[in-house]
Amino acid sequence: MSRALLIGGLAVLAVVAGLLSVAVGAVPIAWARIAAVLAGGGDDVARTILIDLRLPRALLGLAVGAMLGISGAAMQGFLRNPLAEPSVLGVSSTAALGAVIALYFGFATLHLAALPVLAILGAFVGLGVLALLSGRSESPLTLILAGIAVSTLAVAGTSLALNMSPNPFAAMEIMNWLLGSLEDRSFQHVAIALPCIALGVVLLLWDGRALDALTLGEDGATSLGVDLRRTRLRLLVGIAIGVGGAVAISGAIGFIGLIVPHLVRPLTDRSPGAILLPSLLAGAALLTLADVAVRIIPTTAELKLGVVTAFLGVPIFLVHLMRERRLW
Amino acid sequence: MVTIATQGLSVALGRRPVLHDVDTRLEPGALIGVIGPNGAGKSTLVRALLGLVPATSGGVAIDGVPVAAIRRADLARRIAYLPQGQTLHWPLTVERLVALGRLPHLAPFSRIGAADLAAIDRAIAQADIGHLRGRVATELSGGERARVLLARALAVEADALIADEPLAALDPGHQLEVMALLRVQAEAGALVVAVLHDLTLAARHCDRLLLLHEGRLVADGPPDTVLTAERMAEIYGVRAWIGRLEGRRLVVPLDHHG
Repeated sequence: MSRALLIGGLAVLAVVAGLLSVAVGAVPIAWARIAAVLAGGGDDVARTILIDLRLPRALLGLAVGAMLGISGAAMQGFLRNPLAEPSVLGVSSTAALGAVIALYFGFATLHLAALPVLAILGAFVGLGVLALLSGRSESPLTLILAGIAVSTLAVAGTSLALNMSPNPFAAMEIMNWLLGSLEDRSFQHVAIALPCIALGVVLLLWDGRALDALTLGEDGATSLGVDLRRTRLRLLVGIAIGVGGAVAISGAIGFIGLIVPHLVRPLTDRSPGAILLPSLLAGAALLTLADVAVRIIPTTAELKLGVVTAFLGVPIFLVHLMRERRLW
Repeated sequence: MVTIATQGLSVALGRRPVLHDVDTRLEPGALIGVIGPNGAGKSTLVRALLGLVPATSGGVAIDGVPVAAIRRADLARRIAYLPQGQTLHWPLTVERLVALGRLPHLAPFSRIGAADLAAIDRAIAQADIGHLRGRVATELSGGERARVLLARALAVEADALIADEPLAALDPGHQLEVMALLRVQAEAGALVVAVLHDLTLAARHCDRLLLLHEGRLVADGPPDTVLTAERMAEIYGVRAWIGRLEGRRLVVPLDHHG
């Protein structure tokens, strides 16, 4: 498949997913009313529901999905490991810990921005510890091991907060947040997440060629003119800012970052640089569609996005794995 | 044209000293073989020439400029490097893999151009892998993969080529072919440095040999002066027959004497 066709197709898919996300919800709104609002008119009720409630949710779905998709692709390329995903470095766990701290100590109720800001702060603390632990080593394995240490520590902190919760409701609140959701998000959330994600995406898109060169290992890449230290810095900061910003808004949504690069890779020439942009678009589409599914599937308790992405992702992932396994 | 010179070059990997006080000057237009027993420091020497490992004392200069002071991107256009082993992390097609050799020449975010495609075609033809073009490189045999990786290094079309064990895993026909290919590069004016284990091929095709032993450069000169029966006994611990057949040099290890 040609690259232009692939990227065009995925972009259309993402736009369709975004439109679906605006159109589908708890209150059914006729397509004619939706079209009227999109055209700039429409009635007040429809406007309020679509613009103030659903549009931010759709935008966040696209942005968070895009970030998770591209960071999974960048991590797999950089660490040269098909199992890598954004959470490998531990920054999403430390971001989640930041959010949990906000919930546990009640900062989250003080101001809408308190939780996301603490989460982003958590991502940066995680990045700092990661940099200290991995030092100057250029080996991907050192980074993975340091990431496991950071992640385990952050998860332990989160467990401690659950353990010490003063009452079951506080624990439930934390659990609910950890499952991942885009419910009841406003334009203020968009304003917090979008700049972080945009910066993260730019930093990750930068190094496509360096990731291609890394196919030949560190010496091979360096001899092709790649400055590995700068590449690493850009990638780590990009992941911390972007994934930190995404986790801050949506909670921990697993699996998108792992599976999306695998889904798009067979449609490209399989070089790590070539899957960056397709992974961004496919991630945006997949997460937004999962968020639509959350709203359509009738359940008594509200279905969490993180749960749906895993249930939706695993079968697709397994089918692809079966088809692709001869290559691994 | 690229000239690489080392002066008092010593390198340590971790705390272990690997190279001691290597002085040499590698001039363009020559095929230079780096030989020595396992663990003699051959790969470390060529990696140090490229600045991939830092010197603990002394240093490497490319055309008189210290290698550490040259931007990576500039160095990449001047010296192509074929690393040891067959590291390949993703299942790319042969053509895509060879195209990686053009990375040093591409401006940021630009597309691959006609000149790059021509260079890729030349490299594929030289390495005799035209029939493998569309295959997935990770599914090839060891020898085929070695030639594909050599083509990747040739596609850089740099003034110098440093190849670490380019003959490993090749059948005799392709060994001769690759040595002839390296010769052609040298005769066209390039500096070609190759780490070799086959002493007969090294003696026959190289203009000059560097013999390393325990991290020291113990001999440096034309094959006839470097490869002597005494050195074979002293350094490799083998009794060897060194002579000529049909006018070509032969080095045949006879037995090992510890």
